[in-house]
Amino acid sequence: MSRAAEGAARVRLASARELGLVSCQVCALVSRAAPAGAASNCPRCGAGLHARRPASLARTWAFLVAAAILYVPANVLPIMESSSLFGAQRDTILSGIAFLWDSGSWLLAALVFFASVMVPLLKMLSLGLLAATAQLGYARRRHQRARLYRMVEFIGRWSMLDIYVVTMLVALVQLGVFASVTAEAGAAAFGAVVVLTMFAAMAFDPRLTWDAASERHG
Amino acid sequence: MAEPRDPAELPEVPQALAEQPRRASLQLVWLIPIVAALIGGWLAVRAVLERGPVITISFSSAEGLEPGKTKVKYKNVDIGQLTSVALSENRAQVIAAVELTRQAAEFLVEDTRFWIVRPRISAGQVSGLGTLFSGSYIGVDVGKSTKSRRVFDGLDSAPIVSIDLPGRNFDLRAQDLGSLDVGSPVYLRRVQVGQVVAYELEPDGKSVRVKIFVNAAHDRNVNANTRFWKASGFDVALDASGVRVDTQSLATLLFGGVSFETPQEPGTSPAPADKAVFTLFADRDQAMRHPDTSEETYVLAFEESVRGLHPGAPVDFRGVVVGEVTAVLLDTDPATNEVRVPVEVKLYPERLRTRYRRDAVPGEPRHQALVDRLVERGLRAQLRTGSLLTGQLYVALDFFAKAPRAKLDWKRNPVAFPTAPSTIEELQGALTAIARQLEKVPFDALGADLQRSLKQLDATAQTLDRSLASADKVIKRLDTEIAPEARAALAELRRTLAAAERTLGNADRTLGSDAPVQHELRDALREVTRAAESMRALADYLERHPEAILRGRRQETE
Repeated sequence: MSRAAEGAARVRLASARELGLVSCQVCALVSRAAPAGAASNCPRCGAGLHARRPASLARTWAFLVAAAILYVPANVLPIMESSSLFGAQRDTILSGIAFLWDSGSWLLAALVFFASVMVPLLKMLSLGLLAATAQLGYARRRHQRARLYRMVEFIGRWSMLDIYVVTMLVALVQLGVFASVTAEAGAAAFGAVVVLTMFAAMAFDPRLTWDAASERHG
Repeated sequence: MAEPRDPAELPEVPQALAEQPRRASLQLVWLIPIVAALIGGWLAVRAVLERGPVITISFSSAEGLEPGKTKVKYKNVDIGQLTSVALSENRAQVIAAVELTRQAAEFLVEDTRFWIVRPRISAGQVSGLGTLFSGSYIGVDVGKSTKSRRVFDGLDSAPIVSIDLPGRNFDLRAQDLGSLDVGSPVYLRRVQVGQVVAYELEPDGKSVRVKIFVNAAHDRNVNANTRFWKASGFDVALDASGVRVDTQSLATLLFGGVSFETPQEPGTSPAPADKAVFTLFADRDQAMRHPDTSEETYVLAFEESVRGLHPGAPVDFRGVVVGEVTAVLLDTDPATNEVRVPVEVKLYPERLRTRYRRDAVPGEPRHQALVDRLVERGLRAQLRTGSLLTGQLYVALDFFAKAPRAKLDWKRNPVAFPTAPSTIEELQGALTAIARQLEKVPFDALGADLQRSLKQLDATAQTLDRSLASADKVIKRLDTEIAPEARAALAELRRTLAAAERTLGNADRTLGSDAPVQHELRDALREVTRAAESMRALADYLERHPEAILRGRRQETE
């Protein structure tokens, strides 16, 4: 257990919300919260003030559901079509990984598999777990959950690897009749999955994890 | 860290600005998963809808087939993909499972054909070179049937002619395939108008059936009279006009081909029936002979050797070929135990009369009456030597005024046609007659008489010295009894030999040195020689007995 956790266990920590204070998300000015239920603006910069991100859990869930739905076509549909003199070929993410694996590039195959298949999946599962525990007011393992959230934020950008590869190929390999690469519907779906999980991670307010504990204690 | 204080104690903390509550945008965020669900659902529905039928095609080999990669193409448009390849239960074939697109479902009818497109170089054409790099694909030729089907037998090679190509198929029957192959061209006046599509042995194995396809616009040049022949490319003919070399195109020189031509006939010929089978002739001359739309089979019973007569030998009437020998058989009559040589011939009765008088149709009473009249006038079949060099025989039809009367029995099948003995046989007959005359000479009686008289001579010699008078008597008896008879015999023999000599001289002039009849002739001559030898023996005998001979000779010399 970290020191912070030990401290939290011993000391009753008051949150800003409990003290009637709210911090501006833009200019970071702390001000007194408006009466409950009423919207308020930052007295300095005029940005909207929220004690917590508004409708955080609902948004997280919405983005997560959308991402989960699009995850299926992202993996089933081909992400690109490469055509050359010798015929055309359409590849899905998994067929590309299988090709890499078959041709002996095990490390590369594992990397692509991890970045393109496992990361979005783990991200969605993690966010789902965080959102579910926050919604249910589950108070245990808050530090692990906090670490999980930090990891999700950090790792999210790596899953755009595939999209980068496809966009670069499409842009570079345009040799007319000899060879050309075009992006397919799977790439759009995959990109949407990554963006949606990023939105979901943004929409999730990590303070909700701790709120549950405070409410329980308080 | 400082102790937490009551916020009310912090006067420097400003109060947040209150705002009119806005319409909550909470529900809008749910539009995103709804849109995602709509997109996903649409994709799923489309995938399900686009999922076409799965069919199985059996091939003899899976060479070039890759599950998940090999496409099915119709006119070079992808209409499906190979999903799996497995062996059939009896391991004789390869079963390929193919998933087609939805729009291809209506292609799957009874006569749709599938084949694997591989690089192919044959019969003057190169195809499927693209598959060298891209890998094989499965080609489709969509049938016209309305009956649906899901299990197909794949072809070994691409069909030459796709079903939707306009034109007509014709069946030809050939003695042998020659240099033809699938894809060999079909020519009309040396313009290629079609191709050989397929060939197969007839079930009885006696001929080859060649299927050709003639493209539309040219297929109407084929009618019931059309003659097909193998354009083998190179014909050298040696005839009265000299040496003639006839070549088709270079392609046919290498790969063979089929030519056809429709002879100009008076009147219009009907279009060929769908199942009509044409004869594929070996060359143009054969093909363009007067079309013999009818033929009649006759049996000629020859009583002489048919050595040198083969099936295919011509039947000719005063130099015009009117038929051919189809079979030379051997037949034993169980009733009389006679062995005969029936020769089966095929006559083309149309050649027997002018082409423009088509009133008499073979098999009709009028035609039979015509043949009957001809036979009555003495029309007979006769074996003749076609070439003294090779001894080949042919059958000649000719009029023999002296021939014994004969009548055709039309009820028998095949009809027996009367024959006349050949000139060689007549010669043989003459020789036989000579031999019979020789047989008439009473050699036995002659010999017995001689012996008896010689015994008497012995007795006479013993009693010679006793009685010259009795010897005189004996000699007188010899004179009166034997000598005239012997003289007559000798004279007759001389005449016979002269006749034989004449006949042999004739035979020499008539016969070639190695004609087959020489055997018979030689036999006959041997008989004659034998007869001459016995005559010589008789003469010798007479000579060895001087008493008789001296008398006789003396009488003769005197």
